[in-house]
Amino acid sequence: MSDLRELYLEMVTDHAKNPRHRGKANPCDCIGTGNNPLCGDKIVVTVQLQNRIIESVKFDGEGCAISTASADLMAEVLIGKSVEEAKKIFKMFHELVAGEGTSDNLPNKLAVFSGVREFPMRVKCATLAWHTVIAALDGVEDVTTE
Amino acid sequence: MSNTQIIADSFPALHQTIGDKRLVYLDSAATTQKPQCVIDAITSYYEHDNANIHRGVHTLSMRATTAYENARQSVANLLQASRKEEIIFVRGATEAINLVAQAFARPILSVGDEILITEMEHHSNIVPWQLVCEQTGASLKVAKVNDDGSLNIDSFKELLTEDTTIVAFAHVSNAIGTINPIREMCALAREVGAISVVDGAQAVGHIPVSMSDVDCDFYATSGHKMFGPTGIGCLYGKHALLEEMEPWQGGGDMILSVSFEETTWNNVPFKFEAGTPNIAGAIGLGAAVKWIESFGYDTMIQQEQELLAYGRDVLRSIEGVTLIGASEHNAGVIAFTVAGVHPHDVGTILDHEGVAIRTGNHCAEPLMRRFNLSATCRASICVYNTRKDLDHLGSAVQEAIRMLG
Repeated sequence: MSDLRELYLEMVTDHAKNPRHRGKANPCDCIGTGNNPLCGDKIVVTVQLQNRIIESVKFDGEGCAISTASADLMAEVLIGKSVEEAKKIFKMFHELVAGEGTSDNLPNKLAVFSGVREFPMRVKCATLAWHTVIAALDGVEDVTTE
Repeated sequence: MSNTQIIADSFPALHQTIGDKRLVYLDSAATTQKPQCVIDAITSYYEHDNANIHRGVHTLSMRATTAYENARQSVANLLQASRKEEIIFVRGATEAINLVAQAFARPILSVGDEILITEMEHHSNIVPWQLVCEQTGASLKVAKVNDDGSLNIDSFKELLTEDTTIVAFAHVSNAIGTINPIREMCALAREVGAISVVDGAQAVGHIPVSMSDVDCDFYATSGHKMFGPTGIGCLYGKHALLEEMEPWQGGGDMILSVSFEETTWNNVPFKFEAGTPNIAGAIGLGAAVKWIESFGYDTMIQQEQELLAYGRDVLRSIEGVTLIGASEHNAGVIAFTVAGVHPHDVGTILDHEGVAIRTGNHCAEPLMRRFNLSATCRASICVYNTRKDLDHLGSAVQEAIRMLG
């Protein structure tokens, strides 16, 4: 049986309880709303851009520890990245949590989500903010993990 | 051996470990586990009697037909329907409600007509009515739920008018377990000339219901929530109404004669059972009904109510736990939240302790909104549960609070 401690690492629970990037980007250049109809979670992600470089990412909404920590750490690693880099990181992150890739080329902080691969029901929690930010960057306002 | 042990022994899936923990199954409102006799009935059908029904003259077909029709009779007896033709086999409660919405409601509804439901409905008793409203121009009205999770009967009465054509409501709420006064509600519907449709998915596996006593027009059941297999359920409909209705699907077995000029429908209930039905499922359901009868509703209610009270006490004694919609007249469903821990995380941590509960919006988003919640945890009790199971639930919830609270 997979170890729960691998899922709820200290960094995950810390960011879940005390998120640093909750709120609304100001000015806000793109916005996305993500829904996980399975658990009723809803997240709004706002992004401030400067020449296709992400200046700030903020999120708001209700979510579990995994989705909140993932949103917060996503915001942390995306600051200063280009839109293209963000998409690359998301692809690798998705592969990591779905158990199809490693954390080798990912920003260090995202490696804490390696444990999610052992909990397939929670992959959607870990990726909701990412799906939402990518949709926001692509100009799509509403996404769902279903 | 204790009574509860004997019960648990007849449910093979309960005897397993999750990791190194004993499985504590508290998700019976999602689906009940199956007693050995149900599993055996399905296996035996496939091993000995497998054939198509209502058409072959050979022995196997006759055996299969007899078993299928006996299952219909068993359900009719359990629900105290006046005749077995009032029982239509469908895929489940969802299909039963959709059948009523499309084959009964759609042809008679028009602009100005109203359908009355309640705030505590499962999506399967909301969306079929929204669809039919869109198709006909009828409108949907929603009766309120009180803070304790009971139906606000004043709101129900207020919305029930001469314009109400159909009234649809749950017998037992799937999300919070409220038992509605369906007899009274059906009588109120009748007073204004409205047709009553009861969603009994969460009821029949736990409490008795008598069609002749309740006097509803339609009643939907789900096989897998009453110890039967998935993919089978029943729609009860008053014979006169079923006779009036047109079929909703065309195909084999639902016709008396077919020509390219004219087709004559088969009799009720076959008119509504187009194509080869879920024969094994119906036989399994028949076995489940027998199991319920041999166990007895009286014992069932007594055990589940005792466990409900115990489970509520266990959870109430934990700081940070709030019970949601814990009404007085309740089936064995305990909905709760844990301060600072999202239901999804509670679910994962409980699973790690071997405890299976449901988390999320329980296909009842409007009810969640009513309580200003996006999700809850739901522990649902069944006859095979014990006090020990609820003690495990309590300690697992405390573990969740220790980890994340």
